[in-house]
Amino acid sequence: MSMNKRSKRKLLVIMVVMGVALATVLGLTAFEENMMYFYSPTEVNNGTAPDTRTIRVGGLVVEGTVERATESLLVKFDLTDGAEVVKLEYSGILPDLFREGQGIVAMGKLNDKRVFVANEVLAKHDENYMPPEVADALEAAEQEK
Amino acid sequence: MFKRIWAWIQKFSSPKHFYRISGKMIPWFAVPAAVLGVYALYMGLFVAPTDYQQGESYRIIFIHVPAAWMSMFIYMVMAVSAGIGLIWQIKLADMIAAASAPIGAWFAFLALVTGSLWGKPMWGAYWVWDARLTSELILLFLYFGYMALQSAIEDQRTADKASGLLAIVGVVNIPIIHYSVEWWNTLHQGATVAKFDKPSMHIDMLIPLLLMAIAAKLFYAAIVLIRARNEVLYRERNRQWVKELVEKL
Repeated sequence: MSMNKRSKRKLLVIMVVMGVALATVLGLTAFEENMMYFYSPTEVNNGTAPDTRTIRVGGLVVEGTVERATESLLVKFDLTDGAEVVKLEYSGILPDLFREGQGIVAMGKLNDKRVFVANEVLAKHDENYMPPEVADALEAAEQEK
Repeated sequence: MFKRIWAWIQKFSSPKHFYRISGKMIPWFAVPAAVLGVYALYMGLFVAPTDYQQGESYRIIFIHVPAAWMSMFIYMVMAVSAGIGLIWQIKLADMIAAASAPIGAWFAFLALVTGSLWGKPMWGAYWVWDARLTSELILLFLYFGYMALQSAIEDQRTADKASGLLAIVGVVNIPIIHYSVEWWNTLHQGATVAKFDKPSMHIDMLIPLLLMAIAAKLFYAAIVLIRARNEVLYRERNRQWVKELVEKL
């Protein structure tokens, strides 16, 4: 077996990998928007997100804004990404992790009063794992500051 | 010098030599894998503290995360072996790649199933089409594609070439899986352990997780050797040394 043939095959493999990688980068860049699972409240408010069709919006539930109806499953709350706020309405069962300050992703549509009417709410948990005592201690330390 | 190294590689990668050596190596991986696996699983499921947010449900992480890591690690082993087989035409490398595919596919499947069971109580959905979940599903399909090409093509050399090329092309999916949670908005949370910052996990949870990951690697080492040995016997079935081996039984 000649060295030449071997390096030819090596070159071919490298070129195939680089070609496919380039095509993938171009493809993913072109479909950037479709790769996003949800829009942020900022994107909803500044018009980046389409306001006529069903979309997903993700953010944190603003503390102290959750209002639950007494006679039905209707819940109203504000959603924020730290910069902008979107008002949200949902009628249905919320996931266990839903609480104030929690990250959530809601699917639905803006109505004419610019309230986002959701027909699905999913909770997004974060990457932190710790025992409750540690979480309490961290919170206490945060309040000391 | 180069010639001597090459001669050494060829000797040690000869299927016959591999068959002899690997038989002795298997228990050295299998026994620690079993011991460490049982210990780490016990630590993870019974000893590690409850999570502040997710309660007991988070314990699926001790299966889910090592399985997901293995699905990517095995893919890289498979693709690199297939590349070595393709470029240097070392037969043993192709056999390692072929032996790895079903193991990697099982780990990818396990990661998807455990993730789905985790998703329902935590997120509120078994499945969402976000970038992390979708790219992991594509990984499973890449494994299926490799295995399908292997078994669909009669001629072994052509089968290795075609499936090897698919394995190499599929490597682009690996960074996509890893970085999907950073590049795009996903429902899946970001990295806890595999990042440059320090792990966002309490040490009593982290240790069983890492032990479990090591156990999974040892398990793979043992299984891939067993499977590669079968592959060697099958592919070399018409060779004299295999015939002699069979006669001795």
